[in-house]
Amino acid sequence: MANKSAARNASRIAKKRILSGVHFMNGDEAIAEGAIAAGCTFFAAYPITPQSEIAERMARRLPQVDGVFIQMEDELGAMAAVIGAAWGGVKAMTATSGPGFSLMMENIGLAVMTETPCVVVDVQRGAPSTGLPTLVGQGDMMQARWGSHGHYEIIALSPASPQEAFDLTVKAFALSERFRSPVLIMTDEVVGHMYERVEIPAEVPVAPRRKPEVPPEGFLPYKPEEDLVPPMACAGDGYRIHVTGLTHDERGYPAMDAEAHDRLVRRLCEKITRFRGEFTWYEEALTEDAEVLVISYGISARVSLGGVELAREKGIKAGLLRLITIWPFPDEVIRRVAERVRGIVVVEINLGQIHREVERATGGRVPLRGVFHAGGRIHTPEEVLAGIEEVLRCRS
Amino acid sequence: MSGEEMGQGEVTRHASRVTEGKEAAKRWEVPRGYLYLLEDTCKGCGFCYTFCPKKVLAQAGHFNAKGYHPPEVVDAEACVMCRFCEAVCPEFAIWLEEKEESHGQ
Amino acid sequence: MPVLKPKPKPKPEVLPGVRHPLEKYLRTDRLPHIWCSGCGLGIALSSFLYALEELGIDPDSVAVVSGIGCAGRFAGYVRLDSYHTTHGRAIPFATGLKLAKPELNVVVFSGDGDLFAIGGNHFIHAARRNIDITVLCVNNFNYGMTGGQVGPTTPVDGRTTTTPYGNFEHPFNLVYLAASAGATYVARWTTLHARRLKESIKEALRHPGFNFIEIISPCPTNFGRRNRLGEALDEMRYYAEKAVIRHGADPARAEVVPGREFIVGKFVDIEKPTYLELYRRKVEELFGKK
Repeated sequence: MANKSAARNASRIAKKRILSGVHFMNGDEAIAEGAIAAGCTFFAAYPITPQSEIAERMARRLPQVDGVFIQMEDELGAMAAVIGAAWGGVKAMTATSGPGFSLMMENIGLAVMTETPCVVVDVQRGAPSTGLPTLVGQGDMMQARWGSHGHYEIIALSPASPQEAFDLTVKAFALSERFRSPVLIMTDEVVGHMYERVEIPAEVPVAPRRKPEVPPEGFLPYKPEEDLVPPMACAGDGYRIHVTGLTHDERGYPAMDAEAHDRLVRRLCEKITRFRGEFTWYEEALTEDAEVLVISYGISARVSLGGVELAREKGIKAGLLRLITIWPFPDEVIRRVAERVRGIVVVEINLGQIHREVERATGGRVPLRGVFHAGGRIHTPEEVLAGIEEVLRCRS
Repeated sequence: MSGEEMGQGEVTRHASRVTEGKEAAKRWEVPRGYLYLLEDTCKGCGFCYTFCPKKVLAQAGHFNAKGYHPPEVVDAEACVMCRFCEAVCPEFAIWLEEKEESHGQ
Repeated sequence: MPVLKPKPKPKPEVLPGVRHPLEKYLRTDRLPHIWCSGCGLGIALSSFLYALEELGIDPDSVAVVSGIGCAGRFAGYVRLDSYHTTHGRAIPFATGLKLAKPELNVVVFSGDGDLFAIGGNHFIHAARRNIDITVLCVNNFNYGMTGGQVGPTTPVDGRTTTTPYGNFEHPFNLVYLAASAGATYVARWTTLHARRLKESIKEALRHPGFNFIEIISPCPTNFGRRNRLGEALDEMRYYAEKAVIRHGADPARAEVVPGREFIVGKFVDIEKPTYLELYRRKVEELFGKK
């Protein structure tokens, strides 16, 4: 049964993988376009505000580029389907918000353990629980790091604009293939729903999957290369490998002993931490002569810049360090910039999560204050200014 | 199986040594071919000899390496190669092979 | 009158290095498998491999996905692309795998608890969507691997470690559930019906759409022991006595109740467009044929 109006509209539909040019779009849409530009051809998700626009755009665009969109029955199924699709050889992504993120945690652990490349987007909203479904939050940051059970490392990026949402999504796919790991995009409802100029370039490289270069006989699917990452043989490639969430040896077979487990978990962590110089991104503004450093990320960083500017107008030498890569936490960057300042202010829409990391990284040597809000609105520049002035007043 | 073994790029082995290629199969001739048995692989479930329609098999008196009573062929000529024992064995321990010559001879 | 004399036992030859013909499909370095003596999982495995062999399917095109539990260990023994996933999530994993690479023959192999308790939601939706996969469910009426707890198919009055006074919950009728959720091929066999099970698996693998086969199996260590069903052999004899083969029976009237006859055979075998067929049709409608 043909849908006439859909058929009429079809001629106006994009059909290109890369929508090169200048657009006015929101962060959610930019993430969807970034994924497709990066070569994503599978998206499985469950609707949840404020992620819906990502799913809706993927539902419209993926059939145009020979991809598959499926709305799964819940987030557990969505994450499982993404992992399955990745093992089918494609680039796969899902998106959600806090409640769904919690449901995905077990399977994120499966992706970590099986070393499955994939991208998971969390458009954060007011939490805990059902919280504020339509309003901003940044309270899932620690969960991004430790949400699944067990000890592991994960890569998490935080965009502060729709343009950056596009760019970081492209980078996320490249990182997921490079490290054979899930990569998280921790954005928030404001960046997700704000409309800004997004420039999509003429070309976007599609990061290749690291395939084995040896024939199937004798191939060890979990034997790492020099950079601690093994090449990946997908279903149907002829390698007939076994993949399990149980602790495994280099053959991929379950290995139920402490030494094997310790070795594997350490490698899974080290493959990311040892090479984090490749993707520890951040942005500095007015930090060269700063006496007070504001550290923030996502939408809060944009407000923080306003606060820093207000401070400068009052003669206070404030500067901003905007974190883009949140996990693994950039300890060295924090320490380097913190050395020169008399006080640090962390601005985030939660009651202190990255704040703890900054405190840990600086060893408590620099006076530290937080400008917190549990969620539902962004801060004002005046609140950031107040935090800057407060940290300057304190002596400990 | 130790950490050092794996450190040298070797792979741990967790399978039992009982059957890994070191076991010899027993083979009986039956009218239409052969019946093979990997005695030490057997876990003594009893399905093959209980459900053999021709009572070709019976529980042996001796024990195998695992401590189970394996089956043994007691009436080879009765076998009609229905292959039920092969189908119902959970251990891949018993199977049949049909001879290639024509049956009329 | 012929005098009956005990026949002398024939002497076997001893041939070193001879292996089972199905071993090309098995990870022999992981055998013997962990399943108990008399457990039907080995029969389900062997029926599946004979089915693959007889169909002549290219083993490189088969992907096996299993969940968690004794049945979940299936994936670890097959020399095929195999995925041992999280509890209850084998079906959505298989969905992603199949949609990403439709030329694969994707088979899900798991147990009653994994597929119908924690995995229940995924089962009904994959059946509803008619995702082109084959789901083999080994039903041993409890959660075996974790010590024998109650499950969604445990019969009324069944004794398990979490129903020490007898189960009072009503169990699922799996073939009914599958049929009503939209599965296009539904069958039930026991591990005694090994050959018919093999033929059914062959049919299912050739049948496009969501295929489901319930495989009733003994669990001598847990369910069988706690419910005084004897050894696995006694459970198999029970199947011989009580299983009635009736193709085309109404799945709604095909409950498995202890002590009563129960129906095995093929319940549903229909044609319906698969998820991917509908997806492609829609894309063609919008954008024309490639």
